[in-house]
Amino acid sequence: MLQRLLKLIKKELQVLLGSNSSRMMLIMPVVFQTLLFPFAGTMEVRNTTIVVFNQDSGQASREFLQRLEQTQAFANVVMVHEESRLRDAIDNQRALLALRIGPGFSKDIKAGNIASVQIVIDGRRSNSGQIASGYINEILGNYADELSTGTKRPSPVVRNLYNPNLDFKWLVLPSLVVILTTVGCLTVTAMSVAREREEGTFDQILVSPLTPVWIMIGKAIPGILVAIAQGSFVALIARWIFGVPFTGSVTLLIFGMACYGLALSGIGLFISSLCSTQQQAFLGVFAFMAPSVILSGYVTPVENMPSIFRWISHVDPLFYMILVVKGLFLKDFGFYDVWQNIWPMLTMSVFTLSAALYMFRRHVA
Amino acid sequence: MSALPSVSIRRVWALCRKESWQILRDPSSILIAFIMPVLLLFTMGYGINADLDHVPIGLEIHDDGELAHDFAQALMVSPAFEVHTGVPRRQLLDDVAHGRLRGIVIIRSDFSKRWTQGGGDAGIQILADGVEPNTASFIGAYVRNTWQQWKRGRQSGGEQKNIAIESRTRSWFNPSTISRNFLVPGEISVVMTIIGALLTSLVVAREWERGTMELLLSTPMTRTEFLISKILPYYVLGLAAMAISLIVSIGIMGIPFRGSLLVLIVILTAFLGAALGLGLYISSALRNQFNAAQAALSAAFLPSLMLSGMIYEIGSMPTIVQWLTHLISARYFTNSLQTIFLVPDFPMQILENLLALLLLTALWVGLAASATKRTLD
Repeated sequence: MLQRLLKLIKKELQVLLGSNSSRMMLIMPVVFQTLLFPFAGTMEVRNTTIVVFNQDSGQASREFLQRLEQTQAFANVVMVHEESRLRDAIDNQRALLALRIGPGFSKDIKAGNIASVQIVIDGRRSNSGQIASGYINEILGNYADELSTGTKRPSPVVRNLYNPNLDFKWLVLPSLVVILTTVGCLTVTAMSVAREREEGTFDQILVSPLTPVWIMIGKAIPGILVAIAQGSFVALIARWIFGVPFTGSVTLLIFGMACYGLALSGIGLFISSLCSTQQQAFLGVFAFMAPSVILSGYVTPVENMPSIFRWISHVDPLFYMILVVKGLFLKDFGFYDVWQNIWPMLTMSVFTLSAALYMFRRHVA
Repeated sequence: MSALPSVSIRRVWALCRKESWQILRDPSSILIAFIMPVLLLFTMGYGINADLDHVPIGLEIHDDGELAHDFAQALMVSPAFEVHTGVPRRQLLDDVAHGRLRGIVIIRSDFSKRWTQGGGDAGIQILADGVEPNTASFIGAYVRNTWQQWKRGRQSGGEQKNIAIESRTRSWFNPSTISRNFLVPGEISVVMTIIGALLTSLVVAREWERGTMELLLSTPMTRTEFLISKILPYYVLGLAAMAISLIVSIGIMGIPFRGSLLVLIVILTAFLGAALGLGLYISSALRNQFNAAQAALSAAFLPSLMLSGMIYEIGSMPTIVQWLTHLISARYFTNSLQTIFLVPDFPMQILENLLALLLLTALWVGLAASATKRTLD
């Protein structure tokens, strides 16, 4: 039986890697996206344009604007002299935010009153606007402190664990190890059975001496191999091209990717057991993949979600695997830390694989 | 190739009818147009939330003084945090490692002494989980903010005169700065990109695999007629999917809609041209459903999520990446939808978006046309 299984796996791999175009499909999108997305996935605000409408002619506003221009986040500080220009810049998104300094700004500071500026942010990107206005508030606070005492006043000391410079690439790349593998692994399992169904070759395998359990193993193992190969590939790029530190053990990463591949193969096979055409399997893969990426906490953390979505994310293999890979890269995870997130994935695969097996058996009967 | 593509209405009609029958026979197309938008929009709408509150943090107080407890109280009542106290440091660090806590605030034993003596250090230390950079900087900024306010409250009436500059922030088009109001229009654009890919990425490849393409090629059908028949019926399904998305976002999620429906339909048409065109290009270039599915999964979802400007500011990306975002039709659709949903008047920017979407439609449909060879090879 084992020999037959090996033959089946060999045949699957030949189909996957046999032609140039299918080999490229497993490699090129992963390379391209791994090199591109780390540069895109940042919530920092950099190199933005802000417009300033300054009605104050005093010393203080000039000094404050000088400090603003020295900030790296604001590459272009554009002065306007009319309210309508300010409005136009925000309306057409030529600037991320606008700053209005009233005519009494310098006078208020001199007199010891509370001086104020107005910040206008674009509600269509209020998140970046709020981040940018945070920078402005910091500049204002420091400036006021220096005017009062000549020095910065005591404030809390922040230390960021695991990622001292808050580099977003360190968050994106470990997550991509998991997310980019998902496409390959799911297509290999879900789409391949659907293709054989459509071409009629699945019935031929079903009448072979291999029982449905062995057929499923034969279909799951290529999926696991693809997950390990693609995952390790992205991890290598993360470590050696982007220089993300890797604090855990390589063995644990491969072990984790194998368990993740098993969980995904279970889902892929379950999808394929419900579908009779490739179009349906394609839909099934999308219907699983898009929500599972969102609910994994990759885009925004799971604790921000409403409770019902938090629960769903606990049956999302991506949620666990992203924790594992981030932990292995940045948080010095050992076996026990990894295992806490692996056993839920293994439990899930037991359920999905049994469900798929049940559906296949029914198909045979 | 002739200079002008000849189009026979009768043949287009017949081809469209054939395509429509095929669509209706397969229940998956109906699922794509009517169920997928609901499923995807719900998970994205509630799963992506950029407004942070109740961030779980640990708090350690090593100073028994009244001052320290008063400041701790200020942190505990803040809606920004969900504060856990009385847990040993080892446990706190383990919770941070496993993502159950996002940071630890430590009020050191010299807090009261620092307060009376002054100096550069306030006796407060924040340890934030840098693996979530956005949350980490939020924690840092918010504790500092709470500290400043608490300090001002304590010092008021004191002898020392302080200069204070405050800023008042106004957010146009979205006064309460609810991130969902601009995220959901962006999410609709991601959803519609996925729908577009689902609808057309396999259709031409399927004809090739089943051999029906050869049958079609033996008819007088022209390439233009063929492409029209592969776009029009799916355009109708795309409209349906958009209608469902609007109902869900406005009716259920309560996103305001202040712009014009007519402008929306014009932009949507240009966008669907690009989205369906991309699918057709993938399908006719690869001629193999398996590969086309993989290409479409890679091309539709993550690029539109990462490069559309919905979450990640395009202006903050490196120049080369900014250039690549011009190829992502979701970028222009996201931007237009955010404006159409939230801005009552009509900024000129919409026209720029429309032009870009039309160019992208021309690009993808043109590529699809050149990949549709009228030969058997």
